[in-house]
Amino acid sequence: MTARERVAGTVANYVDERTGAAAWMKKNLQKVFPDHWSFMLGEVALYSFIILLLSGTFLTFWFDPSMRHVVYEGSYQPLKDVEMSASYASTLHISFDVRGGLLMRQIHHWAALIFMAAIVVHLLRVFFTGAFRKPREFNWILGIALLTLGIVEGFLGYSLPDDLLSGTGIRIAHAIIQSIPVVGTYLSFFAFGGAFPGEIFIPRIYIVHVLLLPGIFLALITVHLMLVWYQKHTQYPGPGRTEKNVVGYPLMPVYMAKAGGFFFIVFGVTAFLGAVASINPIWLYGPYTPGQISAGSQPDWYMGWLDGLVRMAPPIETHAFGHTISWNILLPGLIIPGIIFTGMALYPFIESWISGDKREHHLLDRPRNVPNRTALGVMSLTFMVIAMINGGNDIIATHFDLTINQIMWFSRIGIIVLPPLAFVITKRICLSLQRADRELVLHGKETGRLVMLPHGEFIEVHEELSAEKKFTLTQHEQVKAISLVKEDTGGVLNPKGIRAKLQARFSAANAENIAKPTATEVKELEGGHH
Amino acid sequence: MKFISKYRRRKGALPILIMLALTGLGLTFSAATAAPAKNTMTASAKSTIIEEGKEIFLKGCSSCHGLNLEGGAVAPSLIGVGAASVDFQVGTGRMPMQDMSQQATRKTPVYNEEQVAALAAYVASLAPGPRTYTNEEITWERDGNTAEGGELFRNNCAMCHNFAGQGGALTQGKYAPSVMGVEAKHIYEVMITGPQSMPVFSDTIITPEEKLSVIKWIKAAESEPNLGGAALGRVGPVTEGLLVWTLGLGILIGIAVWLTAKAR
Amino acid sequence: MSKELEPLADPGLPEHVHRKADIDPIAAKRAERQVAVLFSLSAVGTLLFIYSFFFIKDDLFIFLPIMGNTNAHQLGIGMGMALSLLFIGFGAVHWAKTLMPDQEVIAYRHELKSEPEDRSEFVKTAKEGAEQAGLGRRPLIKRSLAAAVGLAGLPAVILLRDLGPLPGNSLNETNWKTGTKLVTDPGDRPIKASDLEVGGVAQVMPALLAGQKRTLEDIAKDAVLLIRLRPSEFQLDAERLSWTHEGIIAFSKICSHMGCAVALYEQTTKHLLCPCHQSTFDVTRAAKVIFGPSARPLPQLAITVDADGYLIAKQPFTEAVGPSFWERKS
Repeated sequence: MTARERVAGTVANYVDERTGAAAWMKKNLQKVFPDHWSFMLGEVALYSFIILLLSGTFLTFWFDPSMRHVVYEGSYQPLKDVEMSASYASTLHISFDVRGGLLMRQIHHWAALIFMAAIVVHLLRVFFTGAFRKPREFNWILGIALLTLGIVEGFLGYSLPDDLLSGTGIRIAHAIIQSIPVVGTYLSFFAFGGAFPGEIFIPRIYIVHVLLLPGIFLALITVHLMLVWYQKHTQYPGPGRTEKNVVGYPLMPVYMAKAGGFFFIVFGVTAFLGAVASINPIWLYGPYTPGQISAGSQPDWYMGWLDGLVRMAPPIETHAFGHTISWNILLPGLIIPGIIFTGMALYPFIESWISGDKREHHLLDRPRNVPNRTALGVMSLTFMVIAMINGGNDIIATHFDLTINQIMWFSRIGIIVLPPLAFVITKRICLSLQRADRELVLHGKETGRLVMLPHGEFIEVHEELSAEKKFTLTQHEQVKAISLVKEDTGGVLNPKGIRAKLQARFSAANAENIAKPTATEVKELEGGHH
Repeated sequence: MKFISKYRRRKGALPILIMLALTGLGLTFSAATAAPAKNTMTASAKSTIIEEGKEIFLKGCSSCHGLNLEGGAVAPSLIGVGAASVDFQVGTGRMPMQDMSQQATRKTPVYNEEQVAALAAYVASLAPGPRTYTNEEITWERDGNTAEGGELFRNNCAMCHNFAGQGGALTQGKYAPSVMGVEAKHIYEVMITGPQSMPVFSDTIITPEEKLSVIKWIKAAESEPNLGGAALGRVGPVTEGLLVWTLGLGILIGIAVWLTAKAR
Repeated sequence: MSKELEPLADPGLPEHVHRKADIDPIAAKRAERQVAVLFSLSAVGTLLFIYSFFFIKDDLFIFLPIMGNTNAHQLGIGMGMALSLLFIGFGAVHWAKTLMPDQEVIAYRHELKSEPEDRSEFVKTAKEGAEQAGLGRRPLIKRSLAAAVGLAGLPAVILLRDLGPLPGNSLNETNWKTGTKLVTDPGDRPIKASDLEVGGVAQVMPALLAGQKRTLEDIAKDAVLLIRLRPSEFQLDAERLSWTHEGIIAFSKICSHMGCAVALYEQTTKHLLCPCHQSTFDVTRAAKVIFGPSARPLPQLAITVDADGYLIAKQPFTEAVGPSFWERKS
């Protein structure tokens, strides 16, 4: 035994005698992880979160979350002697008078934007591959919760410096709170400690941003990861991969090296962005005052869709019995987002009701093989993209020589017309791709080589697919529609009534697929031409 | 031209012919739309500066603004706009307008300084209005206060021209242009005259000293380098989000693909 | 077309293809050297960071393509940090890819559902426990427990009462009273009608009383925009016309939609644009909404002149300014 082995042995023994760690360490060091780049999107989010914790802690060493009025005495001359809040002044101090301060501010903000982008791309991957199905529904709900909280956390974070741009965002949040029927004015006075803007809002959101939400994040992310660990990661279908196994690489040493290395890479890329690209230059915005506004005021990208929805809302307010309800604020600001996020959270259950599939799934779907779900996803994305475009309509108008009025009308009409169109187009594309797969399996790949047959006909030579490829293209299950039992044999109507009818309708649409080639069909062709 | 037709079947004949045709077309076009020659002054009679202005006006402006500056269907009246308006509009190249679009855009001035001064004198002679200023008398560096100018800019200008003076959208395709790269006297004149959609900021509302501060702040913002890196247009979160979704995620996904690819 | 869906058989994991470094020791050594180089580059990055942090002045700017004038200190510490992190990652990943075993391993999924014995044991234990607690047989305990726990949550909510004052009537009030002078913002100079030219705008606030300081809360309610048109350009009824003075009209600057400052005045069209959500107001028609999501016009402030000719408010606002709320009557 070498010296190093002896020391390691002593340490391991010390720990094991007190915790019994050897048993679960042994099992977990060998844990197998399937390897695909699309499985790393969640990692980008996780590592961005760690970067946010580290960079954020750094910033708290200098940030003063107070709204008390100070006169600026720092080194940025264009704001000399200007009255501002202490939070704005301390952010200026971090940017100009703390070495590495601006770099860390930028890394923190870029990491936040990447965090949200990674969550969205990860969500899309999980959605389009059906990884949310049993037994992972709970993890999906956790993910939606993380997405929602992430949006809130980011909004609160960039509002802390109390600059003109983020202060405007707070003003709008205040208007949303105030517009809530019955309790709105009370809630807004409680939240702001009085009339807007008050002197206490920033200290309050500071604690939410650095303590409450990060604590909740840590808890939710831990459960999220533990579930992945315990339930084992899903895998893409392919030769040798079944519902009952996991094919990949062990945690030690391969995954530790790759995943650990990827953490440094994500951190490095974020630091690179922080080094070369300016973000949130609050000294140019100026301190917040309710009497000022800048042209082209937008929230950060992950709230752009909310801004777009608010902009395109029809100007509807109702006045009845001495009370006002602002539908033009409530609908796009609270009701529609509430429906969207609730719908997203419940989706696994909605889909299993439609398909009637209550089994466990560990093999992922190829999106083309589930055309209804894929089309639904693209439809939702279309909705979000149109809302986002409208959120930036003034910037788009000036840069692309359009008018804000044109873009608004495009968005108002487009957001109703384009998503269903996107659904139909996507579903058709998926079915076409299924047809193409079927052709590939049955007839092989086109090689582009022409051969003239003895009797003069020209044919293209097709190369048969490998057995592995054929298997990958045909291993999926094609779900059958739920048949509606209108009456049982005794003539009694189905007690579920409308729900059953709806379910049958949806499941029929969901089951629309191009029949995949079977073993006999392929064998029939194998003996034949080409 | 028999000796040229000998080469007509050569491979390069057609491209060369097309190039010649295009160049000829382009030259003809630029000649046709060329500015009035800068040396017409010497040709015309040696009259007063107002007479010179009148000649230039009749030749280049009256078709839209009317023979007596009364305006018309496509252009406003110039009675009372003052020399300052002329100096700004013509001096920044906005006038003569290139096309009948929503608003006049800044471009290379068509007339030189003398001609601009002549036009300004002529227009001012018909009805009183704000006078021109010279860059020398706008002593923004000495008498302006940058921080005060920033406060004034954010209060009065940023809502249209954006926090960094980069410009912004108005309704129906109009826009507030960027205020960067504008001569001090033009900034002063633009506040006094309120061209097109821009309101008038007279000296009683924003005092001359305050105007100097505004100009000083604009000049400071113009020369201020971007401390944190590439500025991404100084328009805020929209371009920042765009960068994350293109460069940011692009690099990270690219690296993820490399990471999971099998080594050779 | 076939009737049953018999899938194609699973051919099993494809044959393992060896990497160069697996079979050729020279290639393995080369890979090792590459990994070492990558790790060393990380160290270079760290050195760049340290040097830039201490020795590059933070007011030094250098010109770079694409980026223009760049601060050398920021670039140095930023790129130093980026490189030092990136190359550790690249090194680790390259090491795993080329040298660590890349043979795919198969593990088996265990049934997530517990064994039937465990499940029945659990049910039995839970049932026994519930019976021993005896809630079912003792409704008095159950009900009083529910009442106690329900009530015990109340202090947590009640403690939040002092988060802020009750709104009262404050949302309906501003500092504009009859006779309040209009003053410029910033500057606090009173304004005569002749100070404002046709086509001009002015940002105004109510004049401060002696010793009073203007707070941000004041600005959030009192901000007013003064605009001068030609009197003939108004399309107002008699009452609203009487709130103007010689073509000068005053509106609350706080948007009736969500409270942003509305001050983009288009002199040619006489429209006011709010940059937040593009609500557009027609000044000639008392700020009537002609585009965008705002449902109400901007409140108009009635103005006139005092004995010295300074513009003053004729009366307070006749409605609440700013965004709508439940208690707002119109």
